[in-house]
Amino acid sequence: MTHQAVAPPHPVAELWRDFARNPGAVGGLLVVLGLVCCALFADWLAPHSPIEQYRDAILTPPAWVAGGRAEFLLGTDPVGRDLLSRLIHGTRLSLGIGLVSVALSLGFGILLGLVAGFSRGWVGTAIMRLMDILLALPSLLLAVAVVAVLGPGLANAMYAIALVLLPHYVRLTHAAVVSERDKEYVLASRIAGAGTARLMFITVLPNCLAPLIVQATLGFSTAILDAAALGFLGLGAQPPYPEWGAMLAGAMEFIQSAWWVVTFPGIAIFIAVLAFNLMGDGLRDALDPKLKR
Amino acid sequence: MLAFLLKRLAVVIPTFIGITLLVFALIRMIPGDPVEAMSGERGMDPARYQQLLHEFGLDRPLPVQYFEFLARALKGDLGVSIVSHEPVLREFIDRFPATFELALCAILFAMALGIPAGMLAAVKRNSPVDYGVMGVSLAGYSMPIFWWALLLILFFSVHLGWTPVSGRLDILYDPPRVTGLMLIDTWLSGEEGAFRSAAAHLILPAIALGTIPLATLARMTRSAMLEVLRDDYIRAARAKGLSPLRVVVKHALRNALIPVVTVLGLQVGVLMGGAVLTETIFAWPGIGKWLIEAIHRRDYPVVQGGILLTATLVIVVNLIVDLLYGVINPRIRHPR
Repeated sequence: MTHQAVAPPHPVAELWRDFARNPGAVGGLLVVLGLVCCALFADWLAPHSPIEQYRDAILTPPAWVAGGRAEFLLGTDPVGRDLLSRLIHGTRLSLGIGLVSVALSLGFGILLGLVAGFSRGWVGTAIMRLMDILLALPSLLLAVAVVAVLGPGLANAMYAIALVLLPHYVRLTHAAVVSERDKEYVLASRIAGAGTARLMFITVLPNCLAPLIVQATLGFSTAILDAAALGFLGLGAQPPYPEWGAMLAGAMEFIQSAWWVVTFPGIAIFIAVLAFNLMGDGLRDALDPKLKR
Repeated sequence: MLAFLLKRLAVVIPTFIGITLLVFALIRMIPGDPVEAMSGERGMDPARYQQLLHEFGLDRPLPVQYFEFLARALKGDLGVSIVSHEPVLREFIDRFPATFELALCAILFAMALGIPAGMLAAVKRNSPVDYGVMGVSLAGYSMPIFWWALLLILFFSVHLGWTPVSGRLDILYDPPRVTGLMLIDTWLSGEEGAFRSAAAHLILPAIALGTIPLATLARMTRSAMLEVLRDDYIRAARAKGLSPLRVVVKHALRNALIPVVTVLGLQVGVLMGGAVLTETIFAWPGIGKWLIEAIHRRDYPVVQGGILLTATLVIVVNLIVDLLYGVINPRIRHPR
């Protein structure tokens, strides 16, 4: 067996090959990378401070429109803050909310899913029933209810969104664990003396990761969308945070006079959500062995 | 069928109980004093405090409190709004027709466009039409609906002046309330222009709310159609010489609709969540706007009761859809 004619491609290389075949997914990935850069280097990229109010430049239109000023490329908001700078700094908030809430729900979701999958008694049933209850509530309504209890604010919005996302990860992990746990390699590992924790995290979990990675990517888009919705309703990030949804909350009264205040934050949300959705779809296609070949 | 019904109920009842527990816990997790939260009064004297404590039953053990809450809720007593002093159930019933009308029109809009678009995309697979439908549907799926609603207002109301910006009806009209559905009430009233006004007020919110279901339905119909079109009976129907239209509409669509019906049922949750945003933007006097206002005013009995009622509604509709699913697809009723 020493003469293998062709070595099989490395799994990561194979994944990339399948992923790169989908132009939409690659486009999504590029936009996401761009957003990450915006978030990391916001302080250098943004031409102005996101909270400084230029009193002489209230509601200045975008630079290419009559009355616009070159220093405020996308115009200014009702208190004279530079829109472009707020949008760039808003990337930090939206991606941050996405990262924290997806990480929280993924972490707890994997843990609960593993416990539910491995315990065949009432604990597993209780966890899965609880998840069914959370899934029965409309997601935004659940988030709104949680914020109603915890109080409005950025951190509470993240917890609320994490709770909304949680049942999806628990169910996915549970389903994957149930299909894996009775396979021979798990049994072999158990006979070799592996404890339950080792079986959960080292033996079984790596084989359940593919759907979780896809769901986590799509979870980012849900998190960004829900965070913006909460911000819009006044229940998420509070002023003067440049959160995209919160930026739209005050825009309604300027809908007749200043279209740019209404348009640009929405475009930012839309592009970010679309990019994560495209990337998630691409990842799903690339990771799904049924669709391959 | 009865066994199927009982099996479904065995899942639904624990879910309902779980939601009552969740809502019961909710009001007790609010930071601060529950008596102040429930009454909306602050800095009251100790005698009044004790009286209210007893009145709300907060001086009894928690399990007793829960069962009292459950017993009252089952009888329809969900407490009284702090702001309006009206029973919560009464307020919900008053506002429900507005949300129902909006959601119904939204889902009709979504079905009327989404199902044909999905069919077209499936039949013309890998053509520009397919890519176009899927692209638009992905965009619709990624659209923040509160922003989409603002864009619709910006274009149709502000720029073109075609539709009003907010509300359900022009203040010129005051049709007698018969069904609570404005389209029907204005129609019955026979007042000239009233129906037109109601329809003009409804169209933008319905489009905004229907966009995500539209995108989901188009994607779902397409993939269900693609599955079905591969089947042998479709080839047989084609071989018989039936017209392509007849094959697609009479033979394929029927079977493709089975998964679509399930997705349609799941949209009820999406619609109720979306109603919160759509109603807030269009000042539509329904359940969603009512709930958000209650949260801002810290009207906790309304928050508690409103969430319980909405969640129950979603569960009941999903149950009905499940049962319908059993009717149209006998394979579900008789597994194996």
